Amino acid sequence: MAMVGSNAKRNRWLGLYIPLSMFMVFLLFPFYWMLIVSLKPNSELLDTSVNPFLLFSVTLDHYAYLFTDTDFVRYTINTFVVTIGSTALALVTSIFAGYALGRFRFRGGTLMGALIFLCYLVPPTLLFIPLSQIVADLGLYNSYWSLILTYPTFLIPFASWLLMGYFRTIAIDLEHAALVDGATRLQAMRHVVLPLAMPGILSAGIFCFTLGWNEFLYALVFMSSGEMKTVPVGVVTDLIRADVYFWGSLMAAGILGSVPVAVAYSFFVDNYISGMTAGATKG
Amino acid sequence: MSIITTEQPGQPVVPHTRENFFVRLVRRESSLAWLFLAPALIILVVFMAYPFGYGIYISTTDAMVGFAGKNFVWLENYQRLLDDPIFRKTVRNTFIYGFGTVPFKLVLGLALALVLNQTFRFSRVFRAFLLLPWIVPTAISSLAFLMLYNGVLSPVSWVLVDWGIISDNINFLGDPVNAIVSLCVANIWRGVPFFGISILAGLQAVPDELNEAAALDGASVWQRFWAVTWPVIRNITLIATLFSIIWTFADFQLIYVLTKGGPANSTHVFGTYSYQTLGQTFIGDAAAISLYMFPILAVLAVMLLRYVRHDD
Repeated sequence: MAMVGSNAKRNRWLGLYIPLSMFMVFLLFPFYWMLIVSLKPNSELLDTSVNPFLLFSVTLDHYAYLFTDTDFVRYTINTFVVTIGSTALALVTSIFAGYALGRFRFRGGTLMGALIFLCYLVPPTLLFIPLSQIVADLGLYNSYWSLILTYPTFLIPFASWLLMGYFRTIAIDLEHAALVDGATRLQAMRHVVLPLAMPGILSAGIFCFTLGWNEFLYALVFMSSGEMKTVPVGVVTDLIRADVYFWGSLMAAGILGSVPVAVAYSFFVDNYISGMTAGATKG
Repeated sequence: MSIITTEQPGQPVVPHTRENFFVRLVRRESSLAWLFLAPALIILVVFMAYPFGYGIYISTTDAMVGFAGKNFVWLENYQRLLDDPIFRKTVRNTFIYGFGTVPFKLVLGLALALVLNQTFRFSRVFRAFLLLPWIVPTAISSLAFLMLYNGVLSPVSWVLVDWGIISDNINFLGDPVNAIVSLCVANIWRGVPFFGISILAGLQAVPDELNEAAALDGASVWQRFWAVTWPVIRNITLIATLFSIIWTFADFQLIYVLTKGGPANSTHVFGTYSYQTLGQTFIGDAAAISLYMFPILAVLAVMLLRYVRHDD
């Protein structure tokens, strides 16, 4: 590049450092706030004469309160059960569906692909009313199954589209070679295609996990009894109290409730980012 | 089914000619394809297609939660809603919420993508951190905003009072206009990373050589953006925008946590008003409220489908 000297340096500041810092402050401040509030003693928290952006003394009382005086642990277990159950169900069905859509040429295949994509665009707010009736009729209210069976409605469309795109990137010749060698379709799929598709399956899995962990409306309506609540619902409905002393534990719950998804995605951030766009654009 | 059992392992592999192989493959494929699709389709039909139809049915009745009987009332629920002032406000809010957030998310997300597309130290770490607002459960990040907007403890108010710009704390969520602006800001905060990462993925496809050649030819940054970059990222930007409109339109969590549709029912969107109506046991009306979203969602979905296909 020809550009050197102070001009390039100035461009670097205007085009990178300054906007990057502004984005960091705007996008990360709420997390910083949650963290410091969760560690602040109540006396400091409620004293408006003290600078609220700083932390003068640290306490873990709010976290301890969460574990001893609330159902937070129970919420966490519930959320794990529901999220892992629905992710597993969605992933297995989507691997087959994505493989069929990506690999097989059959009458109605394109139409099915389009219909499944359309399902991805159906928001829970459109269906929660009739679904609540169906869940009630099936006797699944306040049961893990109410969410394990309904979450796949928004997980499958996404995961099968992502996997359909992924399967298409795998050379079909490899599979044909296996078939010619006498392998069955299922064998070729299991030993040739699935190992190669592992990164795609992994990102689909992480996606399903975060979507399941974050779901709110179905969990709010279908699992409303105290001990069956998921983390997002339980924190919102049970930890906000009438007095003002709940903020510390509420923010502590926010931090802890974000950890599983943050960890899941930090390990696979590159998969996640490529998956996020592949699902929407490739196909 | 018999087609599959003929190729169980252990069976001798029948030697066959090339055409024969492909003819069999094609014939076998269509039935195998439907078999593979079946589990996913069953779930989608039982828990999505059927509820959708059932929802239409409920919306044409005067059903109430806890009462067994219900009467068919045709489109009365839909008709009554048109005269309901809260419903009218709900429609208005939804448009304010969409138009007041999507353009900002788009512009800020584009800026974020252009910033992150440069090479600099620890760029991957920054990229990972800046996606957090999108990853973390909305219900939980909304709790942070609930405190940032609190009438007593808001740090925003604290700074402005400290600097002498205002004398009293801002009433973020207690005033109808302030409340909707506050909701929009929180929504923008959550959505910027989605635009940023989607557009960033599109930017990876912009050929560096073309950009450099244009720069050598004396094209300005602005000219280079429109001539070289924009054509490449146009499609993904449109797709991200349509997705964002749909999600914003059908939002629930953020508004439920921050205002529950208040103060005085002034910040409802379809989801929260429908939920509130369900809570008042009027399930027929609640179903009608949420189904009012459908025509607009359908139009957006068809547009989106066209762009996604276009991208092939």
